[in-house]
Parts: sequence; structure tokens; C-alpha cells
Amino acid sequence: MEIVKPLTQYLAALLLAPLLPGIINRVKAFFAGRRGQPVLQLYYDLYKLLQKAPVYSRTTTWVFRAGPVIGLAAILTSLAVLPFAGRPSFLAFDGDFIFLLYLLGLARFATVLAALDTGSAFEGMGASREMQFAVFAEPAFFLGLAALARVTGQTSLAGMFGVLTGDLWRTAAPVLALLTASFFIVLLAENSRVPADDPNTHLELTMIHEVMVLDHSGPELAYILYGAALKLWFFGALIACMVLPRHSGSWAGDTGLFLLAMAGVAAAVGVVESVIARLRLIKVPYMLITAFAFSTLALIFQMGR
Amino acid sequence: MLLVLLSIILLLASSALALFFSREPSRAQDAGAYGAVAASALGLWAAVRTLAAGSAETLSLPWSVPLGSLSFCLDPLSALFLVPVFLLTGLAAVYGVGYLRSYAGSKPLGLAWAAFNTLTAAMVLVFTAANAVLFLLGWELMAAASFLLVLFEHDKAQSRKAGFIYLAAGGAGALLLMAAFALLGAGSPLLDFASFRTPSGTAASAIFLLALGGFGLKAGFIPLHVWLPEAHPAAPSHVSAVMSGVMIKTGIYGLIRVLVFLGPWQEWWGWTLLAAGCVSCVLGALFALAQHELKRVLAYSSIENIGIILAAVGLGMVGAAHNADRLAALAFAGALLHVFNHSLFKGLLFMGAGAVLHGAGTAELDALGGLAKKMPRTALLFIAGAASACALPPFNGFAGEFLVYLGAFKGISSYPAVALAGVLAGLSLAVAGALAAAAFARAAGAAFLGEPRTERAAAAHPPDGLMLFSMYALGALCLAVCAAAPLLLVPLVSAVGAGFGGGFGAAAALEVPGPLVYISAGALLLAAVAAIAAVKRRSMFPAARTADVPTWDCGYAAPTARMQYGASSFAQPLTDFFQPVLRKLGQYPVIAEYFPGKASFSTEAQAVVYNAVYAPAAARIRDLAYRFSWLQHGRLQIYIMYIVVTLLGLLLWKL
Repeated sequence: MEIVKPLTQYLAALLLAPLLPGIINRVKAFFAGRRGQPVLQLYYDLYKLLQKAPVYSRTTTWVFRAGPVIGLAAILTSLAVLPFAGRPSFLAFDGDFIFLLYLLGLARFATVLAALDTGSAFEGMGASREMQFAVFAEPAFFLGLAALARVTGQTSLAGMFGVLTGDLWRTAAPVLALLTASFFIVLLAENSRVPADDPNTHLELTMIHEVMVLDHSGPELAYILYGAALKLWFFGALIACMVLPRHSGSWAGDTGLFLLAMAGVAAAVGVVESVIARLRLIKVPYMLITAFAFSTLALIFQMGR
Repeated sequence: MLLVLLSIILLLASSALALFFSREPSRAQDAGAYGAVAASALGLWAAVRTLAAGSAETLSLPWSVPLGSLSFCLDPLSALFLVPVFLLTGLAAVYGVGYLRSYAGSKPLGLAWAAFNTLTAAMVLVFTAANAVLFLLGWELMAAASFLLVLFEHDKAQSRKAGFIYLAAGGAGALLLMAAFALLGAGSPLLDFASFRTPSGTAASAIFLLALGGFGLKAGFIPLHVWLPEAHPAAPSHVSAVMSGVMIKTGIYGLIRVLVFLGPWQEWWGWTLLAAGCVSCVLGALFALAQHELKRVLAYSSIENIGIILAAVGLGMVGAAHNADRLAALAFAGALLHVFNHSLFKGLLFMGAGAVLHGAGTAELDALGGLAKKMPRTALLFIAGAASACALPPFNGFAGEFLVYLGAFKGISSYPAVALAGVLAGLSLAVAGALAAAAFARAAGAAFLGEPRTERAAAAHPPDGLMLFSMYALGALCLAVCAAAPLLLVPLVSAVGAGFGGGFGAAAALEVPGPLVYISAGALLLAAVAAIAAVKRRSMFPAARTADVPTWDCGYAAPTARMQYGASSFAQPLTDFFQPVLRKLGQYPVIAEYFPGKASFSTEAQAVVYNAVYAPAAARIRDLAYRFSWLQHGRLQIYIMYIVVTLLGLLLWKL
């Protein structure tokens, strides 16, 4: 019955992912001295959106409608490969993280084309910036994974996180800390959080991701919001696996600890959003280049070790 | 083997027939296209059979040409390069019938078809020749035929310039190759590939550099690429597809062949190829992002893909120098798979661009827009091709790059030198991939999505059935290659063995099966999940009402086509960031008053390498040539005298 555990893990990711934005919002509300939205707000939103009829602009074509579907499908597929609590999911193979990287690319490509299909200057602007930041974020992420492969001597994510134990943190702490920092910056940028983007400002020209989906409505918007939550889960899980090397041998214990770490990552995002202002748009590449530098340094440290 | 020769003969015969019918365009079209398709079917059968069997067939006949012999060899490496040749030329011929129809009467279609089929025959000859003289004959025939096709629209100044640069590049490349073959065959009576002896270290390095220059000029990696972005867009679109999809691969093929003749590789050769490949793939993608014309975007993307192939070969050679055979096998298999994949998706993309040019009369990105409504099928196929070119699963571009990445990661946990090569190759692929995604999202978005920017774009008409048929076939292949990747195992392994040496073939047989299975598993999983998501979406609102509303645009009620993001504005953040490399020229309005009047701006993508290196060098050569202008009198008698004196001199030297 080895299929049950991966299935449970996958379903847990699908069901719990919309909690993460809720946790972030509650942390931000706490810092601002407000009560904030319910933690389950995104679930309510998704339910409501799924009931609504969509509206399509006469400019749009099938590309606009296909964008959210392909975007969600790509991220759902990537979660079937991503390890959960350091344990393999349905698919784990040599180089699986490259597949994941390109699945994220597919989701981005579909979203950007859907945005351009509206013929709107706002959405074109968002699409252009999304592609610009990807050019800086992807190499940082890639090099980070390369360093991780070198540290662990493994070429699949499940393999890497399988050997990432407390011992490795004791011997290679600087490398792993740099990598965690780099992944966290990539998480902030890829999930359009402060300081790269601001998920709260729906009408400002500085926005990137939100402005790309301005015209989507009803079930398509639900697909997009759910996809965004899953993507946050994806990057959160990477960081949780980094900072939480497996200790106990029991599946339940590991899973519980992993879920706690995920909540911790979400809380950290909330703290960052509360204490840092959004960067000026032209400074965002510098932040991503910082992540790139962290990854490179980690790789150099590891080569010299 | 005989089938391949038969297809060459068929191609040349149909060329002659097309030329014969040059007064009657429709008959010339028939003669050319039927010949091309029949030859494709024959050749494809032979090539696929060789790949499946994994064995080589040779044929050798005496030939009266000095140093030459009619030696042919069809081994799995040749066959792997021949399959895309036959696939793409056959489909391009079908496409060409539809595409060239509108030129009937205004252009010599008979000549165009003759040149097209001769080009195909010459490529087949290059891929099967086992004698240097025969090889160079095919090589020059290929250059001449494609030169004629580049000049198809010779009434345009840009085409003439492209033709001239192409001719110069082809000539220079052939000279270098002759020198390389002369060194390789020194001391043997015939320049047969089988009779080449392994040269010594220094000679081998010299031959390597000559071959790199000669074949590199055809393959078009940076900095030898200057002819490519000029010539490929100038040719008719089905010819651009063939030139970009398969003709430039003759350079890769030749390089691989020569590497085997050279015996034990030196490590710095691998580093040289790796460096050239990394630079080409990153800069190719970056330059593609800055272009304003659809076919030029595609031409620069070809440079990017040649860079990926070259980087993979270089990575493999560095690995081989450190006895990392498994890494090398993965990199070589990835390179060869990408050769095949690139021909499919680049063929599809050029045909899509041709449909745009055919339907809207222009391929300038800033004059297009909204074509997805006028030509929905072309839009679908172009976007599929674009996704392939960005290596996005479940399309075929991903499969080859995945093997290269895997090789790179095998290297990363190895010795420091190999690790450095792995990091360089993988990082370049990642950067190039992100840039290519931006370039293709921009190209597809500006051409097909949003509102039409000009009246011409608004009045565009869809391509005809023949053109669509070819594009559908290529699009289906793009999907099939990734989904059925394990089927490619036998061809890949035997081609790696035939091209790089049996040891790598054996290593590939161990390393490649797993990744191919996972590529197809991943692609099928993705397709299944997407299908579920789409069905679920459809089931929620089976008859979604499409209200007749404008784009919401934050409540702005009167958006116009001019307000949408164009190709220049989409690329601007990135092109500004990389301005030190791109050096684009621009004129931007300066707003000094409170109520500014009309303003305009323009940007122009420069041919950076051409302007910085080649144009000054060409000017220097021209100045030098002027000093010898006293030799040129324009009198026939004096030229005859030159010929006689030269012949006499040669005679005396030989005596």
C-alpha cells in the first residue's frame, strides 16, 4: 500500500495550500494592529468565484481561456513531483527539478500569453515585467539547485532532501544557509510578494502578477488564485525541506513537523511584508541578482570544501 | 543506400523538369513538389531503416575526378541527420506549393523549385558522402542553390545585401574546409574518409580550428553568425524553414565527423566548443528578443539553438577528457536529439511566420496583432512551436535539453573542471531558456494576440490547406516526440555510437533510457492533468456567455489598439538592461512642456557583431583590393592571358 502515502501527501498539499495566504494575511494584520481576514478567506473566495459566470472581452480568443487552465495544470503536475517532507511523491527521477523548473516556465508562458491576449496596456506591462524578472530569477534558482546537487551528491529532489540531515547542516552550514536565503528571495519574487511586488494594490502600475490577471473572472480567476496558492506551497515546501532535515523515522511525525515548518515559512513571508517596503521596480532585478550571488557563493564554498 | 541515391537522382531530375517548365508556373510547381515529396518518402524509408538496424551501409565507385571517389556511407549518424532533412523538405515542398502560388507570374517559380530540390539533393549528398571531394561538391552545391533562393526577392535591396554576405561567408567557409581536408588527407591517394590517418597533436589542433571555422560559418554560431539573420529571413518562408531547420545542421554534422578523424581529443577543444556554444545560446536568445521582424526573431533563435547543441558537444568532450563517459554520452545524446527537435519546431515556426507574411503582407511585429482571430489554426500551431522552442514540456524542445541538463548535473558532482563545465553549460541553458521564453512570448503576443495594429493586420487572410497540412504535421510531431520519447532510444544510442565512438554508444545505452522514459511520463502526466483541468473548467459553465464587452482595463472605456503593449515596449525592460551588449539605437521624445504635442519614438536593433567586427574588416579588405585594381582592365583579351599564364605556370610546376 505504498501508493497511499504519496496520495495522502498530494491531497494534503492540494487541500492545505490555500491556507498559506491566509496565514500571511493574519501575520500582516497582527503587525498592523488589525484583526484581519479569516484564515480560510481564500477558500471562501474560491468557492464564490466558482459559482460566478465569467465575462470575456471581445478582444480575447481561446488563448485567454486556455491560460489559467494550462497554468493550473502545470503547477498541479509539479506538485506530483515535488517531495513532501523530504519524501518522494508520485514521480521522482534524476533531474526532476529541471522538469519542475520548466513546468513553472510553462505556467508563466501561458499566463503571459493570456495577458497579452486582452490587448490592454496594463496587462501587457505586467506580462513584460513578469518575463523580465524570470530572466533573473531562473538562473538564481538553477544555480541554487546546482549547489544543492553538489552538496548532497544527488540529482533528484527526493534524493537531495533525503540526505539533507542535521549532520550535513553541521558540516556545510554556510552553504545551506546561503541556499536557503537564495531560495527565499526567489520565493518572494516568483510569488509576487513584497518587496518584488505587492499583492494588495490592484490598481497600481507597479504591479506585476496581479495586473496580468485583471481581466480574468469567475472560474478562471479561481483557477489562477488557486494556482498561485499552490505555487506558494511549492516554494514553501522547498524551503521547509531545506531547513527541516528529517529527524524522526515516522511518517506522521515528519509530516506534522513539515506542516509546522510550512506555516513558519508563511509567517516569515508575512513578517517580511510587514517590515519591508516594496522596492522600486528597477531595483527588483538587483534583489534577484543578490539571490544569484548567494547561489554562486554557495557553489564556490562547496567547491572549496 | 540505393534508395538514398535514388532520392538524390529523383531530386535532381525533378529540378531539371521544374526548370524545363519555367514558363508554366503551375507545372513547375507540380514537378518540383511531387519530386520532393517522392524523394522524401524514399529517403525517409532508407534513413529510418538504418536507424532501426543501427548498422552502416557503404557504396564506393571509382570517379575520374582527381583525389575523388564516389564513396557513400549511410551510418546511423548520417541517418539521424537525414531523417529531418527528408521530413522537413517533403513538408516544406507541400507548404511551398501553397506559399508560392501568389508569386506565379511575378517570380521564376521553375528556378525556385529547381534550386529547392537541388538544395535538398546537395544536403543529402553532404550527409552521405564518404570522400572529401564529393563532400565539398555537395557543400558548394548546397551553398549555390541556397544562394539563389536567398535572392528570390532580388528586387529588395535587403535581399541583395543578404545574398552578398551569404556568398562571402559560404566562400570563406569552403576555403577553410578545403585546407582542413587537405591536411587530413595528406599522404593518401584518395581523399576518402576511410583513408584519413590520425594526425599528430599540433596538426590535429590546426585541423580542429580550420574545421571549427569552416563548419562554424555554416552552423552560424556567434561570432560566425552574421550571414544567418540576413539570409534566412530573405528566402521564401518554406526555404527559411529548411535552411534554419536542417541546412545549418550540416555544420554540426561536419564538425562531429571531423572530431572522429582527429583521434584523441584535447581538452581545450571541448572548452572552445563549450564557450562558443554558451555565448551563442545566451546572445542568440538576447538578440532574438530585440528584433522587430518575426523571421529575424526566428533566425536569431536558430543561433541560440545551434549554441545549445554546440555547448552540449563541448560539455561532452570536456567530460570525455576526464573519463566521465556517462556524462559525455548524455551530453552527446542530448545534442543529437536537439538537432532533430530543432528542425521540427523551427520548421513549424518559419512556416507559421510565412503564413503571417502571406496573410498580412508583412512580418513586422509592430504592424501586426490580433491575427489569432483571422487565422486561429496558425496561431495555435505557432504558439505550440514557440512553446517547443522555449523547451516547455510537453513539447519536443524539452527532451533534448533535458538530456543536456542531466549531463551537466552529472558533471556538477564530479571533478572541479568537469563541474565548472557542467555549471557553465547548465547556467547558459537556463539563462537562454528564460530569454527565449521572453522573446517568443513577445513575438507570439505581438503578432497573434490583442487587437490588430494596422489595417493590413486587420484584413489578414488564413493560409490555404496545403500550408496548414504541413504545419499540422510538424506540430503533431513536436508533441509526439516528447510523449513517445522512449522510441527514440535505439536511434539515439546507435547515432551516438556511430558519431562519437562505440564507448559513448555503450554508455548512452546505459544512461539515456531512464531519462527518456521519465520525459514521456512527465509529458503524459502533464497532458492528463491539463485535460482534467480543462474538462472540469468546461463542465462548470458548459455554455459560457460571451458578453459583447471591451477589455476591462481598470474601467477605461475607450481603449484603442495603439494603447496596447507592442513588441518594443514588451522587450524594453530587458533590452534596456542589456543595452551594453545590444547597443540598440533609439530616438525617444523629450517632454519639456506641460501640454506636449505629437511625439514619436523609434528603436532599431543593430547587428552588433557585424557592425563592430565584420564591417570594418570588410572595408579594410576592400581598400586592400583597390590597390590591385590595376590588374582589372575589363578587357577580355587580358583575362584570357591571365588564364593562359596561370595554366602554363601550373603545367611547368607539375613537370
